[in-house]
Amino acid sequence: MIKKMTCISCPLGCQLEVEVGENIKVSGNKCKRGEEYAKNEITNPKRIITSTVKVEGGDKPLVSVKTDREIPKDMIFEIMKEINKIKAVAPIQIGDVIIENVLGTGANVVATAKINGA
Amino acid sequence: MKRDLVVIGGGPAGLAAAIEAKKNGIDDILILERDKRLGGILQQCIHNGFGLHIFKEQLTGPEYAQRFIDEVEKLGIEYKLDTMVLHLSENKHITALNPKDGIIEIDAKAVILAMGCRERTRGALNIPGSRPAGVFTAGAAQRFVNMEGYMVGKKVVILGSGDIGLIMARRMTLEGAEVKMVVELMPYSTGLKRNIVQCLEDFDIPLLFNHTVTRIHGRERLEGVTIAKVDENRRPIEGTEQYIECDTLLLSVGLIPENELSREANINLNSVTSGAYVNELMETSVDGIFACGNVVHVHDLVDYVTEESFLAGYGAAKYIKGEYIKNEKGFFTKTGFGIRYVVPNRINPQNVKDKVNFYMRVNDVYHNVDLVVRDGDKIIYKVRRNHVSPGEMESVKLSKDVLREVKSCELVFALEEVAK
Repeated sequence: MIKKMTCISCPLGCQLEVEVGENIKVSGNKCKRGEEYAKNEITNPKRIITSTVKVEGGDKPLVSVKTDREIPKDMIFEIMKEINKIKAVAPIQIGDVIIENVLGTGANVVATAKINGA
Repeated sequence: MKRDLVVIGGGPAGLAAAIEAKKNGIDDILILERDKRLGGILQQCIHNGFGLHIFKEQLTGPEYAQRFIDEVEKLGIEYKLDTMVLHLSENKHITALNPKDGIIEIDAKAVILAMGCRERTRGALNIPGSRPAGVFTAGAAQRFVNMEGYMVGKKVVILGSGDIGLIMARRMTLEGAEVKMVVELMPYSTGLKRNIVQCLEDFDIPLLFNHTVTRIHGRERLEGVTIAKVDENRRPIEGTEQYIECDTLLLSVGLIPENELSREANINLNSVTSGAYVNELMETSVDGIFACGNVVHVHDLVDYVTEESFLAGYGAAKYIKGEYIKNEKGFFTKTGFGIRYVVPNRINPQNVKDKVNFYMRVNDVYHNVDLVVRDGDKIIYKVRRNHVSPGEMESVKLSKDVLREVKSCELVFALEEVAK
């Protein structure tokens, strides 16, 4: 199987063709970083998620949050469901843990904004 | 009232400028902010990727803003929220308004303009069709979703592939909307590459280049849009029209520096950037009025806004303390082949602290070029660029020593083909 992707290691944005089989073969990259990027994207793609959580008793209706480390890309929507289930209670400081070890990923969902009590 | 320094706008530019002015010995500072909190547009930019240059780590918008808000509080810099500046005169008289103080009249020794920019709207594009609900600028939708807690729609088309449009494509998808496509008039995107990959490709959202929206359908609520391919003159090609069903259209079609106050104060504006002409300390054409951030020119990265705003704060402090040398010495900056604009526009090396960061944008996509700075016939700086695009701002740092040696009255920034 051949997968096409864009390398984001630099602004050049090489169009990569990645042959996925026993070995991963990368072409279209102009430097080594392209190969590394493609291999990571094929074997273990990860992302940070940022979203918002509803706030009770705060001076604002929402608090912004992020996962404090990268999570597997294919778990993005499951984790979004968890984030949308929960409510946070004011006051909230940046870095406060809103969900611990979300879905066993080892990543915490933490607040990225400060919310005062109403 | 009389104040030493008034900063108009409490976003990233205004906060950084006020902090730097304070650190350079100015105690009497007042920040005027129109929103209910400090931090400006960063407060709704909940995604990460901010701060890589300034803090060497990836922060979300609210985290980046809070670092500066905390510093403003720590330094005891005064600010007024919910306060709209109505008028600014050439002699630095400010008229502002808020629900608590009513009308506020201020005479300032120096003013820093940090009003940022605003989005181009449907009206600016003249898209034909009806006027249903469901047509938003991408930034307005971002505020609704990220700060007010309202989802703006379920089936979304995005016009324009600027960064806010790309970020909103991902955000709407994460919140359960179906983003059908992003439509881009130009043959390239003005958004950052990492946003195209992580906001569109990650979710298989198609990006159609050389396309635009030609009609808006629906009576009460948006029901669909017609899109069409465009020719090399950006005109829709007959016969390529396609109807796309959607209830929401987000517009990410450019940002315009917000310079109504600057015009009232008779500040000279550059028609290319829509921002003020500025000098080596970010002073505008009007004595004692400085400007920084997106009100001068639209930046890609907030880090560069911060850098530029520190300089404006330093400049305003020098001005108030009477340490700022005003004479006709120095030179202008000019654009040559391939460069659309360069900021700052006038340099007097006597006032430069240690270096000047020149920010510029190219006018098209180029490969394998040299970015060259010439003093007359002499090349004083040259750097190889494999790839330049109007979507990614270029910057060149020149030291005070280099700037002192400039002999001609113009420094020319241009792209040159690499000699084979």
